[in-house]
Amino acid sequence: MTAGIRASSAATLRLMLPAALAVTVGGLILTALGKDPLAYYGYVVKRGLLSWGGLQETLNRMAPLLLIAAGLIVAFRAGLWNLGGDGQFLLAAVVTAALGPALIGVLPRAALLIVCMVAAALTGALWSLIPAVLKARYGVNEVVSSLMMSFLGTSCANLLVKTVLRDASTSVPRTPDLPVDERLPQIFHTHIHAGVLIALVVVVAVHLMITRTAFGLKVQVVGANPAAALHAGLNVGRLTIATFALSASLVGLAGSIEILGVWGTVRADWNPAFGLLVVPVVFLARLNGYAVIALTLCLSALMIGAESAARRTDVQQHYVWVLLALLLIFLAVVEHLHHLRHKRLAL
Amino acid sequence: MQQLLAQAFLTSLIFGAVTAGVPLLLAALGEQISEKAGVLNIGIEGMMLFGAYTGFAIAYYSGSFALGFLSGGLGGMAVAAVVMLLCVRRGLNQIVIGIAVTLGVQGLTALLYFSQFSRTYPRLARDPAWLLPRLSHIPVLGAGLFSHDPLVYLSVLLVPAATLLFRSSHIGLNLEAAGNAPAALDAAGVDVIRTRSLAVLATGFLAGVGGAYLANVGAGLFVPFITRGSGFIGIVLAMLARGRPLWVLLGAALFGVSLSLTTALQVAGIDIPTDVVQMLPFAAVLLVLIIFARHSVLPRALGQPYVRGDR
Amino acid sequence: MNSETTPLAAVRNITKRFPGVLANERISLEFHAAEIHVLLGENGAGKSTLISMLAGMQQPDEGEIWIGGGPVVIASPRASLALGVGTVFQHELLVPSLTVIENLLLGGRWWQRMGQRAALERFRQLSGLLGVAIDPHAEVGRLSLGERQQIEIIRALWRGGKLLILDEPTSMLTPHGVQDLGRVMQRLKEQGVAVLLVTHKLPEAFQFGNRISVLRQGRLMGQLAPERIAKMSATQAQDAVIGMMFGGQVAPDADTAPGVHLGQQKPLSHREGPPRLSVRALCTEGRAGECALREVSFDVWAGEILGIAGVDGNGQKHLAEVLAGQRSAVQGRIILDGTEVTRDGVGARRQRGFRYLTDDRLHEGSVGALSVAINLLLKEIGEPPYWRHGVADWDLIHREARATILRNDIRAPSERTPLGRLSGGNIQKVLLARELDRAAKVAILSKPTHGLDLQNCALAHARMRADARRGVAIVVISTDLDDELLQLSDRIGVMVQGRLSGIVPNASGVERTVGRLMTGAASA
Repeated sequence: MTAGIRASSAATLRLMLPAALAVTVGGLILTALGKDPLAYYGYVVKRGLLSWGGLQETLNRMAPLLLIAAGLIVAFRAGLWNLGGDGQFLLAAVVTAALGPALIGVLPRAALLIVCMVAAALTGALWSLIPAVLKARYGVNEVVSSLMMSFLGTSCANLLVKTVLRDASTSVPRTPDLPVDERLPQIFHTHIHAGVLIALVVVVAVHLMITRTAFGLKVQVVGANPAAALHAGLNVGRLTIATFALSASLVGLAGSIEILGVWGTVRADWNPAFGLLVVPVVFLARLNGYAVIALTLCLSALMIGAESAARRTDVQQHYVWVLLALLLIFLAVVEHLHHLRHKRLAL
Repeated sequence: MQQLLAQAFLTSLIFGAVTAGVPLLLAALGEQISEKAGVLNIGIEGMMLFGAYTGFAIAYYSGSFALGFLSGGLGGMAVAAVVMLLCVRRGLNQIVIGIAVTLGVQGLTALLYFSQFSRTYPRLARDPAWLLPRLSHIPVLGAGLFSHDPLVYLSVLLVPAATLLFRSSHIGLNLEAAGNAPAALDAAGVDVIRTRSLAVLATGFLAGVGGAYLANVGAGLFVPFITRGSGFIGIVLAMLARGRPLWVLLGAALFGVSLSLTTALQVAGIDIPTDVVQMLPFAAVLLVLIIFARHSVLPRALGQPYVRGDR
Repeated sequence: MNSETTPLAAVRNITKRFPGVLANERISLEFHAAEIHVLLGENGAGKSTLISMLAGMQQPDEGEIWIGGGPVVIASPRASLALGVGTVFQHELLVPSLTVIENLLLGGRWWQRMGQRAALERFRQLSGLLGVAIDPHAEVGRLSLGERQQIEIIRALWRGGKLLILDEPTSMLTPHGVQDLGRVMQRLKEQGVAVLLVTHKLPEAFQFGNRISVLRQGRLMGQLAPERIAKMSATQAQDAVIGMMFGGQVAPDADTAPGVHLGQQKPLSHREGPPRLSVRALCTEGRAGECALREVSFDVWAGEILGIAGVDGNGQKHLAEVLAGQRSAVQGRIILDGTEVTRDGVGARRQRGFRYLTDDRLHEGSVGALSVAINLLLKEIGEPPYWRHGVADWDLIHREARATILRNDIRAPSERTPLGRLSGGNIQKVLLARELDRAAKVAILSKPTHGLDLQNCALAHARMRADARRGVAIVVISTDLDDELLQLSDRIGVMVQGRLSGIVPNASGVERTVGRLMTGAASA
């Protein structure tokens, strides 16, 4: 047990050093652009974590990120690169935004929410079907096919918002608004919506599914060695399709919850592009569900802080992406040095 | 009148197709080199975008298009150097690093844009075209195909050059071996890591030039995210072409036409949502993928880092 | 003959260490022109390390390599070739998607022109020297293993190689291919080339070698110079070499002492009642390059070991896979204890008692990244008692794994260790433990001892016999007639081009019949 704690604290340390380096180098970039990095970081932390309003926004932002991360964990464990997240997310969001207002008065709120989420999850799964089947039947590289589906899905979603689903009463093309009363309930009179809880439960459930269940182990076997999976009598094709569908439906659920919890509508050309953003996070967390929760909290706080800072300090929120890339690069460098030192010790 | 309109429509369609297709051609040719050598270069989107930024900035400050393309190439190469160090030398996951690098470049160029250009919105003057003698006088085709920047003709010439390089040079053999049987290349006394490193750098250069062309000629300006997935399309084209540069050219032409169709249709006064037209090439490629799924072949060692002695 | 002359190349007091292992310890060897020097040793004896230093893949920690009368540093594979040392490695080093001549041109400087014509001339010269006929413009991926090896030999000699190193060259070859290789080596020897043949097979050493050196645990245990071999009888030479390999200790199992074929006569098992496994007119469909089954029929009784002999690529893979349920039969029937199981999948057949040990241990048989415990249960994921309602009971799984590890003498630090960290012999023990469990009724074992050293080989054979005695019907598919099938089988069937060309009882002198069946000349 203590060994486990020591190992995990060493791992944390190995994450802290690259984080410090990334923040430093990022700060240098800010200085080069003529901004004050200390003031910026101070503002971001204060806004994203320390202010009550910002913290609530941060927690709300965690919901879609966590759900996408859960979807990616499932796929990556099976060795499937589901890079179609954006398309799955947006289409699911659009389906939610279309169904929600249409079902008002037809269904009570709880049923409406559940129907929306299920429909969104199914939409995501449906959108992953082509890459999944191509991969399962013919071994077509899913990196390419899922990316293609993502572009297609994004365009499709936009098209729907601008044509069939367009709210005629507004000048900016967007879907009809889902009234706040019909959205996901908020927790204890805060602005934090219930989707955050759903997301947390889903991430933990996915983590337990991977580590404790037969299905999870089968997924891992397929991911680690597909030939061995066939040899062991696993139905690799069916597992591939099922895993892809599960992954995409979780991404779809993320899109649904973002609409049901935060926006209530989809505007034309709206694309938060979370799909690719979460990939490095899941990788940094080494596909571990609990680590994903911690890292997602950091990322959300950064994003919220940076979005707010963009309005105040003239530093675009895209700075977060730079920081994330730097973090990964430094992590690689630190691991490399760690590796070298161990090698020397062994000799 | 009707005929004149049709001519204008066709000319602008072809001209636009070339302008839109050239960046894809360059990116996909570059990606093909990496893929042949066994590196799945997802970071190519970032390389293009950084090439677009550096290319635009240098062309804007120097006033020279040629210098802009060159520095675009070098910018793409700089991003490629990061990918090379982390993925080829260090053996990190090529997909994750590729995505991270792309995100980083997207963020960085956005920051740079907002701090440099967001108040002035500078545009480049129209690119001085190089009219090919005689050919440029052909009606429709002349103005559409043969009145472009010299880089366009150079890019097209790259296709036979690449074919020759892949088929009958030591470089071609080395690339093929690095992607299909790296251990065999190593045993033949050629450094696999070096071969792959150079391949990735070459990819970065070509993608960067493509990005610079896209910004400087295609748009005449730089805005954040200007490449909008062109690099990813390049990856798809390279994969579908399976190592044959001529197929890359055909694919780039297909995408170019469908991208320019939007503008051309607007010129002709036909109102089709841009989203529909933007979907066409992806739908087409997906269809190709589905039909030819059985035959898709990729290098055996694609995406796998090479470690001597590992089997 | 010529050990008085100066050697063409030599290693002197070479030492090489790896973390925790002394791979080579003060080894000195000489390689003479026009001599076939055999380096014998079991797996892990240090043979591969020694040749990797000669080939420039690794550097010695101590000692020197001499070539042409002086010490040299071989810093890279390229340097090794330039010094006249050509190496043919155990694993193939050709690019399948390139042609023969392109493979031979590989490694030229990038600015050089591809001198196809000169290369073709050199190719003709060398293939004439070797006495082989290969189309230089054929894609390597389409050639047979023997032909590919010949290309590798040509490549090793391409730049005027004086020392040719062959690392376990016969492991992938057909008996016919081995004879071809022998002829090639003989011709090279006549041309004055020094050949270093690295092998763990004793018969090859005696058949081909002029000089035999034995490595054990990284040390040189002894050498038989040509003069000494000339003075000894075959048995004396064998005894001497076995003494060096095992240091005077008795070989692990008297039955399987190397090179000693007893031509044993095992009584045929009790054939009371119906056979345990019946196969009737089984056919499969194969893709290009695969050999499909054509109307294969046989029976195996409980307690019997049926050997399947044959040159690789004559349908053995399909036979194993179709029996295991990994491949579907297009025609024919598979009957276990009177019940037809032809339509069952892998899982259903495993539940009925079918077991299949694949010959591709690392790529198919195991998941190196997952623990030993998981690999032991790889084919039972989700089944009770280890999983209840789909949820794993890790305590039970690990407890059982510990017991299995002890019972089967598997050397693993822990049941949680990733399988990939274990040695090849121990990985095979894990797979054997998985496939020969208590509920096994029919076991299909494909090349069960391929690549194992003698000790582990003997243990595996003993294990199979014990399981047969317990009542398991065992089908052993192997290309190793002498050391495996003749030692183990009650009957031996031979596969030729997807057909079972005959089944004969194992008795002394049966090799001749089996050999004839392999060529398809006779049918029994």
